[in-house]
Amino acid sequence: MDTTNNTQHDVGGPTQPLLMVQDLVKHFALNKDMLGRGGGVVRAVDGIDFAVRKGETLGVVGESGCGKSTTARLLMNLTVPDHGDIIFDGQSVGSKELSLKEFRRQAQMVFQDSYASLNPRLTIEDSIAFAPQVHGVPKQESIDRARDLLQRVGLDPRRFAERYPHELSGGQRQRVNIARALALQPRLIILDEAVSALDKSVEAQVLNLLQDLKDDFGLTYVFISHDLNVVRYISDRVMVMYLGQVVEIGDCETLFESPKHPYTRALLSSVPSMDPDNRTEEPPLSGDPPNPINPPPGCRFHTRCVNAQAVCSQIVPRLVTNKAGEGVACLMHVVGSGHSEAPLVAQEAL
Amino acid sequence: MSSTETLNQTSNETAVETYVDIRDLTVTFTGGRKPVKAVSGVNLKVKRGEVVALIGESGSGKSVTLRSVLRLHNPGRSKIGGQVLVGGEDVVTMSEGRLSAFRGKVASMIFQEPLLALDPVYTVGEQITEAILRHEKISKAEARQRALSLFERVRIPSPERRLDAYPHEMSGGMRQRAMISLALASHPKLLLADEPTTALDATVQIQILLLLRELQRELGLSVIFVTHDIGAAVEVADRIAVMYAGRIVEQGTTRTLLRAPRHPYTRALLKSLAHGSVAKGTRLETIPGSPPDLSNLPGGCSFADRCSLAQEACRVSVPEITDISADHSARCFRLDQTLSPI
Repeated sequence: MDTTNNTQHDVGGPTQPLLMVQDLVKHFALNKDMLGRGGGVVRAVDGIDFAVRKGETLGVVGESGCGKSTTARLLMNLTVPDHGDIIFDGQSVGSKELSLKEFRRQAQMVFQDSYASLNPRLTIEDSIAFAPQVHGVPKQESIDRARDLLQRVGLDPRRFAERYPHELSGGQRQRVNIARALALQPRLIILDEAVSALDKSVEAQVLNLLQDLKDDFGLTYVFISHDLNVVRYISDRVMVMYLGQVVEIGDCETLFESPKHPYTRALLSSVPSMDPDNRTEEPPLSGDPPNPINPPPGCRFHTRCVNAQAVCSQIVPRLVTNKAGEGVACLMHVVGSGHSEAPLVAQEAL
Repeated sequence: MSSTETLNQTSNETAVETYVDIRDLTVTFTGGRKPVKAVSGVNLKVKRGEVVALIGESGSGKSVTLRSVLRLHNPGRSKIGGQVLVGGEDVVTMSEGRLSAFRGKVASMIFQEPLLALDPVYTVGEQITEAILRHEKISKAEARQRALSLFERVRIPSPERRLDAYPHEMSGGMRQRAMISLALASHPKLLLADEPTTALDATVQIQILLLLRELQRELGLSVIFVTHDIGAAVEVADRIAVMYAGRIVEQGTTRTLLRAPRHPYTRALLKSLAHGSVAKGTRLETIPGSPPDLSNLPGGCSFADRCSLAQEACRVSVPEITDISADHSARCFRLDQTLSPI
């Protein structure tokens, strides 16, 4: 494939995180009704910090309303954050060194609804070639590149290039969306429930494709999904969100094998058993996730937590990450927090 | 000799126990330009007190089969063939009057999206009492009392207050509980569940699955549970039937289907799942291509084009149902090639 326009270069070296997010906040105000009732604020994303390393896949999991999709949109500036910094390879997004337009060339997004994210009036090759043209690639070159990419995602350009989105199946359309995301030769791709709408047999094809493309193009993924099995399969590290906050982050296998936060434990054991002789006996949590409009004080999970003590409704546990990038926001892991399970002396590693 | 005896015995037993008997069901939608064969020959038996999961991908005909049990398809735009016997009565030929007594009283259904299935302008309590009064001559107060005990049974917190709530005032999990109590309002014997946990969050989904399992046991319900999530099926079902392109390609006990699947589609589907035991970095096994066009089904086995074992014969005629053991069958010509564990 053509790489002449590939101006991207590693700015900060391999140890510099590709993306750093600091104290990201987004609150949505609710409208009051005619009588002045209601109002209030949805704390969709409420102060999150995390880093995405170069070449890794960071999985983001959580239930509806936890803020995972809002986080994705904030990263791309599709929703404007209230507060917080997004630093891409050492450069602040929106600064003089890295304009928003240039950042969006280097970071792309794939959405859940493969049909809604394509223009129904454009053939798929025109859809894929559109963004490169916006960024100044000559028309014929952008079309050639689109055809290369179609081939690369497993769609024969001779058969598919001139079709319209409605003429493709869901899996084929999602391949087109992935090709389009690749058209600008980005370094980061944010996949927001990108395989969730696909049937299992098609999902496996797309997951394999994503793995291949990552290796071939040296990509970094932020992979958002509610499907814990898929996240476990594809991620190097995983971040768990609950009501607008990060409750735990760490190495994928470590987190799945020995989750530390009580919410992570409950979430992981909610996955249906695939063993007919070992079915789930008790639901790990009762009730639904609370409303992010008025999140509980203290630790937001204390209303559903089996380990909750009085102190949990008073103190907000902070997420502190160690050198390995692992962290958990729970008072049981904070020295001298007042929770009876808390360690008395600092431990080396979490 | 002895084998024929056991065979006779089992067939007698199933004849007694069978509550739902779907025989050679076909459903064709005729509303579009070309007729769509959504279901082309489904045979399924469900015993009293048994949970059967119908699994398959979108367009496999699982929901269409389920809806046929309540005859919910628009008669002007669909053609139903075969028989759907529930407690000996054929739903396909039932009179309109009998059908409306049948729906809710004998068999009732819960849907994927309770917000769409419940009426937004009535409280959930009103909807449940209406459903009870529809089938029974009791007072409104008695009906409300029953609704209240149903709410307690599905463990809705502060049930008295929640009866007066509108659907939009409830959370997703709560609405699904309310819909389950609505479905159980007239003591049906058969519960049809169409992806009832698909729209729910993980921690809520498992609660609803376990609730369904518990209610089914306590009330001795027969359940047909449609899902695309094999994990959900394993949690609740005694037996699993796998659908592909409008036919059941394999059915058996949950244990058999998971441990010793025989149809190439079932085997490929199980292998393609990314679950806990799949090592990182290994490629998932995929099924090439996509399901066939239901308005233009191939002549032979519908899976042949995607099947690694397909031969000439597979493209010529549709394989008949082959019994593998007493409670395990598959539609495939190549069953001698699928003996190895997956």
